[in-house]
Amino acid sequence: MDGTWQPRYHEDQPERIPGPELRDYLGLPINDAARQFADSWDPGRITLPEEQCRVHVSPYIYRGPTNLRIWEEKHPKTQDVLAIKHYHSTYEQTRTIYMDGRPHPGPNAAHTWMGFSTGRWDGDMLIIETTHLKQGWVRRNGLPMSDRAHMTEYWVRNGDLLTQIFMLFDPVYLTEPLVKSTEFVRSPRELPAGTWLWVCDPVVEIATREDGAVPAYLPGEHPFKDEFAQRWGIPEIANNGGAATMYPEFQDVVKQAPKPPPLPPPSRGATRVTGPGQQQPQGR
Amino acid sequence: MQIRLNSRAWRGVMVAAAIVTGGALAVAGRAVAQQQNFDTVQIDTVKVRDNVYMLVGAGGNTTVFTGDEGLLVVDTQFAPLSTKILTAIRAISQGPIRYVVSTHMHGDHIGGNEAISKAGRTRAGGNVVGDLGAGATGQAAILAHENVLNRLSAAPAAGQQAVPFALWPTETYFGKKREFLFNGEAVQIIHEPKAHTDGDSVVFFRKSDVVATGDLFTTVMYPFIDVANGGSITGEIAALNAILDITVPSNVNEGGTMVIPGHGRLSDEQDVIEYRDMATIVRDRIKEYVKRGLTLDQVKAKKPTLDFDPRYGTDTGFWTTSMFIETIYKEMVAMNPPPAPASRGRKGNQTQKGSGE
Repeated sequence: MDGTWQPRYHEDQPERIPGPELRDYLGLPINDAARQFADSWDPGRITLPEEQCRVHVSPYIYRGPTNLRIWEEKHPKTQDVLAIKHYHSTYEQTRTIYMDGRPHPGPNAAHTWMGFSTGRWDGDMLIIETTHLKQGWVRRNGLPMSDRAHMTEYWVRNGDLLTQIFMLFDPVYLTEPLVKSTEFVRSPRELPAGTWLWVCDPVVEIATREDGAVPAYLPGEHPFKDEFAQRWGIPEIANNGGAATMYPEFQDVVKQAPKPPPLPPPSRGATRVTGPGQQQPQGR
Repeated sequence: MQIRLNSRAWRGVMVAAAIVTGGALAVAGRAVAQQQNFDTVQIDTVKVRDNVYMLVGAGGNTTVFTGDEGLLVVDTQFAPLSTKILTAIRAISQGPIRYVVSTHMHGDHIGGNEAISKAGRTRAGGNVVGDLGAGATGQAAILAHENVLNRLSAAPAAGQQAVPFALWPTETYFGKKREFLFNGEAVQIIHEPKAHTDGDSVVFFRKSDVVATGDLFTTVMYPFIDVANGGSITGEIAALNAILDITVPSNVNEGGTMVIPGHGRLSDEQDVIEYRDMATIVRDRIKEYVKRGLTLDQVKAKKPTLDFDPRYGTDTGFWTTSMFIETIYKEMVAMNPPPAPASRGRKGNQTQKGSGE
């Protein structure tokens, strides 16, 4: 698997490149807690200096616009593979997948964006177990992944095609494992150095924001909470996500469910909590 | 040494440590500690830096800072664990214990003060030793904010035991901070007022770039606001922001300044951010509901913590989710008395109208 790989975006392209729409929870096995987290999420949070350079966790970073370099680290005397390394141009993250049989750290060890990973070969398939992840996103419209999540990956190479299939288990925000696949194609040439960099220097972007403010909407009062469903005519029961929406038989449920009314003109008067208890009407 | 206490177990320990009755939490912590079986507790030593370690046992996390001049220990867990804590400390260094710092007054953080301070020595000489004799050097100094001493030395409530003198701070500071050079680096003990309690200290090892937060930050539960001992959600959030003012991540936005929480796993800035965001969002929601005139039951019915409950919430023990909500509600009501009914509707309508969306 050594070499430079680039992702193909034909799967879930609208989510991965332009980005998911607000309240698009389709086909995700989320629970009520995850739904409320996302319903009140305000993208303004990532304008906070301390959150501007927030990294995507390893269960999410592979699906972004990343260049991926893979190489092996070998013992100089035995040439045994000690670890497989993944370098992501996105956020300049280096991930180590230990292949030397070491155990995972205890429960008091620090968590990281990439987590702690160990791997093993099953024939030509690399199986990776990852723990000690930081809190991240299941979908970057505010659907959270907790720091108690863990992930199992299956990597298979067929010629110049590299396939990753992962199962994400999150006892905090998922009721069933989330399964996704992602494809990479081998780059025929080395990429310019600059394409591997992701420089992020946080700055104060909103000069008038009150110190300590954390932008968020009140649960159930996001002004655009119905926009996605109304634009695409998706019944609420589907739009809310949940494990049932993952399965084929749910198509029959959707057919019977009432569709939302068409998208009205933009609503006015968002109830947005931007400071300690403050409501500020938001312009756009 | 290994520990295998999960977050639920931690909550049990916290329950043992903290039963809030009229400011006698430290005493209650001791009393419950006496009922606990600490025989099975193992101390997990987590290396944070070459000279800073986190010891996880069955009370608040202990920080050990080592160097040429000796050891500084932050928080000492429960008294029955002192032998195990000392064994873990001695596995790190045989140097003299010079300081014990108490981040606050709760029993699961000061229980071992006597045994661990007496295993150390204070550097002193001249008139000090002449006047005080062996008492001047016979134990490590116990440092804390003066409000810790005020709380621990206060007359116990009816039916409560007094906190033994040997657990009290031997040196206190007042004002914003106390700082000194030890082991070649600046150690800053910074007071965060009216937060978890009214005597909280953050300990910042400036060169090592490590912060020990006490219970201002944990990874296992909602912030415990000990109102009976001077705590407040406003101060708690201010304290979390103050910790974030200290922390700086590395260039890949993790690591950098490492954070030793009062309970739970080793952390860094991003973990504190998540916790600060949670506390702020929940506080802001309840504050807004109070402004709208909602009762406590109505606020609870809106489930203002639903999105964080699977991570931090619990329906049992000394600090339930319901108590967290109620504590914030009462503070917000005190800060923002609900408007009179006649004006409530107009203000609400004005707010709802907004502009520009």
